Amino acid sequence: MNFEKLVQKAKKEYYSIFRGEPPAILIGSATCGISAGANEITKVIEDEITRKNIEARIIPVGCIGSCYAEPIIGIFKNNKEGVFYGPVNKKLVKNIIKKNIIEDKVAKENILGTIQVKETGTRGSFFESDFMKLQSRRILRRCGLINPEDINHYLATGGYTGLLKTLEMGADEIIDTIKRSGLRGRGGAGFPTWLKWDLCRQSNSKEKYIICNADEGDPGAFMNRSLLEGDPHSVIEGILIGAHTIKAKKAYIYCRAEYPAALEKLEKAINDLDKIGLLDIEIVIKKGAGAFVCGEETALIASIEGRRGMPRTRPPFPTTKGLWGKPTVINNVETFAAISLIFQEGVEKFSSIGTESSKGTKTFSLVGDVKRTGLIEVPLGTTLRRVIFDIGGGIKNGGNLKAVQIGGPSGGCIPASMMDIEIDYDSLTSAGAIMGSGGLVVLSDDSCMVEIARYFLEFTQRESCGKCVPCRLGTQQMLLILDDIVQGNGNPEDVETLHEVAEAVKAASLCGLGQTAPNPVLTTLKYFREEYVEHVMNRRCPAAYCRELMHYFIDGKQCTGCMVCSKVCPGNAIVGVKDEVHFIDQEKCLKCGSCMDVCKEGAILKVPGPGGSIES
Amino acid sequence: MQRLKKILKSYHGKREDIIPLLQDVQEEYGYLPENALRELSKVTEVSESQIYGIATFYAQFRFKPKGRKHLTVCTGTACHVKGSEQIIEAIQRRLKIKEGETTPDHEYSLEAVGCIGCCSLAPCAMINGKVISRIKPRQIKRLLPQKS
Repeated sequence: MNFEKLVQKAKKEYYSIFRGEPPAILIGSATCGISAGANEITKVIEDEITRKNIEARIIPVGCIGSCYAEPIIGIFKNNKEGVFYGPVNKKLVKNIIKKNIIEDKVAKENILGTIQVKETGTRGSFFESDFMKLQSRRILRRCGLINPEDINHYLATGGYTGLLKTLEMGADEIIDTIKRSGLRGRGGAGFPTWLKWDLCRQSNSKEKYIICNADEGDPGAFMNRSLLEGDPHSVIEGILIGAHTIKAKKAYIYCRAEYPAALEKLEKAINDLDKIGLLDIEIVIKKGAGAFVCGEETALIASIEGRRGMPRTRPPFPTTKGLWGKPTVINNVETFAAISLIFQEGVEKFSSIGTESSKGTKTFSLVGDVKRTGLIEVPLGTTLRRVIFDIGGGIKNGGNLKAVQIGGPSGGCIPASMMDIEIDYDSLTSAGAIMGSGGLVVLSDDSCMVEIARYFLEFTQRESCGKCVPCRLGTQQMLLILDDIVQGNGNPEDVETLHEVAEAVKAASLCGLGQTAPNPVLTTLKYFREEYVEHVMNRRCPAAYCRELMHYFIDGKQCTGCMVCSKVCPGNAIVGVKDEVHFIDQEKCLKCGSCMDVCKEGAILKVPGPGGSIES
Repeated sequence: MQRLKKILKSYHGKREDIIPLLQDVQEEYGYLPENALRELSKVTEVSESQIYGIATFYAQFRFKPKGRKHLTVCTGTACHVKGSEQIIEAIQRRLKIKEGETTPDHEYSLEAVGCIGCCSLAPCAMINGKVISRIKPRQIKRLLPQKS
């Protein structure tokens, strides 16, 4: 069958879902959906359909981005706009089936909005919601609206037309197109993609390789996972375009073993592509084995070659000496998806948004103390304020914004006063942070910035490969100092020492891990110095977060002795008999705040300072 | 040994297969048994010290068996901010083991991991691979009924 016919057939099949005859039920079944209970929901729907003898199709889709509302389902019936609900539970799902499918009405509870899917695009009230309307869903346009395991869904939505176009172009034209698009590497460093490809293309070798970096080791980031789980073909198409451009015959996808669902979907996608005859190179999936440093390109190469994942000095860059010493292009998952987008929809459409030096959109995982957590995609140049308050809905539980941690352990903390900063490669760098791969952790007043810095240092210290001294010993020194500070054992001179060591590690480390590891320390020192001073001089954690420098306290005036708190306490630390004021045994208290969560009287307080023995 | 032979059969003589082989061995046994590594060294002609060098570098590999219920607590940034440390503490106290250990009856083992990518539903933990999202310290007693 030729491609045109294939697409026609795929379109017929795919768009019939949205005509809703027979009714179709979309279920967000990415890892986030499943952890929120999507599998149980699917089971309920299947049972309900069998029990009531209804004809309906169940279609597992990826994450539409609104993780805060998982599990999410969408119902399409009778050529009407689909209605999306979330979060749903077993009871609600039964009601939705009854109302929406049997009675052809709309269930009123937990409606996220309506969605209409046509060949001309998607619209509907869901896209007008606060969470969606300021976003520009380009890379993620299919996520949550196609079955990632059905290649027809990808073909029906313009899939592989980009590849076909590039097969007719020469490498010059492809590279020139990418150059005009202004695409910069989405892994975080922002190197111009066209230049990387061109350097590799010019390298003289018969053997060349393409590597897709899907290692996403940043704690707090899941953009790559969501994209691979929601639209794996878009990444593979970009890889094929790259292979065609640089004339590589073999490609590797290096993906974390911690992402089993993504690995599964990639494998299926590659097999399906082979079946329809579009796979003209060999694609090998390599499972990572849990090493953050393997996100660094030379370390990643070492890992594929079957060695310890240790980076080496550059130059030579992988574009001249990469895998097995041959010229290699390594790009991030999102970069490859952006390549597919550029060739499917045209360079103008891609570069019409963004800033002068940072074109297009960027996906972010918006997490932490923000109301609407999830996967978002915004034009580069969008301000942090817009992302956190307009899209994310502001801070949870009425708290105040304190800072945004961006870019994972390599990134930094940007204080609340700088929220008008535009998200692009250069302005983030000038604020001392980096784009990184796109983890955006929102921190409220309840977070201690010193402890956040310590957390990241603990991470980088553990993940340092140990090859170069500044990183191996420097991160350890910084961690020791930070450990002391958060435990109330800091010295006044620690703050200065910390600063000096951080600068040295940054300047002298071999690879990106070490060079950026001090960023969380340096940015918190720059913007939140007074918190360090408070810890060191007064042995006090202003946010009442550091465990050694805070305690929970029961206010005797408020406590009614209802015993609710003592029942939930995992440490059995609350003493007191019914109807009498309770106390917290500070020795036993593990400071988890469970008691505070359940106390209806508001009698439990979080207090800065270490707290005494049983009575305080 | 039969199971090990089957895994080693997939070896095509390439250095790059070492990590996937280790992954397969661990998948099969739940950890990397010493004699399996010795066998692996013979078949691949990569020295045992090098194999250990690789296996100890990557966080995924373990040298002791897991418990029947393997608990994994995510310590990614979002989970950390939302109190994963207290989750680990609560489990440690409940099971009287430290992170990285297995209870003497092999019922439970506890491991802290970098990030499982469910940040929007933080804090998260897993029991034998099944994610429990928005986990609270007070759920631990119920989730781990057996004290060990």
